[in-house]
Amino acid sequence: MQDLLKYTLRIADTSLILGQRLSEWCSKGPTLEEDIALSNISLDLFGQANGLLEYASKIDGSRTSDDLAFKRNEREFYNLQICEQENGHFGDTIVRQFLCDTYFMIFYQELSKSEDETLAAIANKSIKEVSYHLRHSKNWLIRLGDGTDESKEKVQKSLEDIWKYTGEFFEMDDLDNLMSAQKIGVNNIKLKDEWNLIVNQVLSDAKIKRPEDSYMMTGSKKGLHTELLGKMLAEMQYLPRAYPNAKW
Amino acid sequence: MLLKHIQKNKNNLAKMTKDKSTVWEVFIQSKNGLAHKHFGNVHAEDKEMALQNARDLYTRRNEGSCIWVVRSEHIVSSVPEDEASFFDPSNDKVYRHPTFYKMPEGAKYI
Repeated sequence: MQDLLKYTLRIADTSLILGQRLSEWCSKGPTLEEDIALSNISLDLFGQANGLLEYASKIDGSRTSDDLAFKRNEREFYNLQICEQENGHFGDTIVRQFLCDTYFMIFYQELSKSEDETLAAIANKSIKEVSYHLRHSKNWLIRLGDGTDESKEKVQKSLEDIWKYTGEFFEMDDLDNLMSAQKIGVNNIKLKDEWNLIVNQVLSDAKIKRPEDSYMMTGSKKGLHTELLGKMLAEMQYLPRAYPNAKW
Repeated sequence: MLLKHIQKNKNNLAKMTKDKSTVWEVFIQSKNGLAHKHFGNVHAEDKEMALQNARDLYTRRNEGSCIWVVRSEHIVSSVPEDEASFFDPSNDKVYRHPTFYKMPEGAKYI
């Protein structure tokens, strides 16, 4: 059960932390419309995280989903490191979101075949949302990349800056191997071809260059993170920790 | 298959320009078979962005089954000065209103 708990937490944390990051755009979007679009995506991600954390709480048996979100420390979070990277400018956010959305789309398609009914159901529900998110981020990336000289230069740089965090999408550790063998989890290596296909196509439509693969960051599967996660959690967890029984 | 899905609507994207975005009017059909109703407007640079912005702004709570967006500049509108000549003459002609008919039972949207 511990294995399934940890596996579920990895997926949940990835949605939760990316949702939390995106929510920082709320009230600061470049236009009113885009502000709402980014906040909508953030809320979808929180919804996915909530479903997964509820399931994790059920497996865990003692902690509630809120406990799992607000009472774990940095080293107990297993989100992919790309999710905790800062929003930067709008282009930075769009590039990060596009790379993640493409990954989510393919990951959830695979997860929807899981023999674990709850994970399969959550994956199926998420596909519809993620498909819209991908449409949003992909279109923006093409507009920006194939846009003015300035917008092109900016997103090219965004892509190069974040590329080293994309290696984690396709990592497999003992737990992944175990879950995949039990037909509960996804074989991440198998995601790579389709991810490349989509990313290459969209980058070519956006007329920007795919960076060379070089050093790739790693560690989130063991709870190792960049220094950015701690600060995020401090803000996200402050209220429930300072006022443990606070209610809406 | 996924690749095809993501290539959809590519022709509706505009290049990023320094122009100000334009205003689009949003019409939403709440149920199949009903007329599209005007809901409001959005700013957008191109067709696809207009459609997505309309979706995000006006259909978050399951309001619709279809969205139309139309550039506001493409809508031809009567002006307040037209009011008298356009609309007043019908006021005293009650026979133009179908008030003398009985509504068939169950016909909701006439």
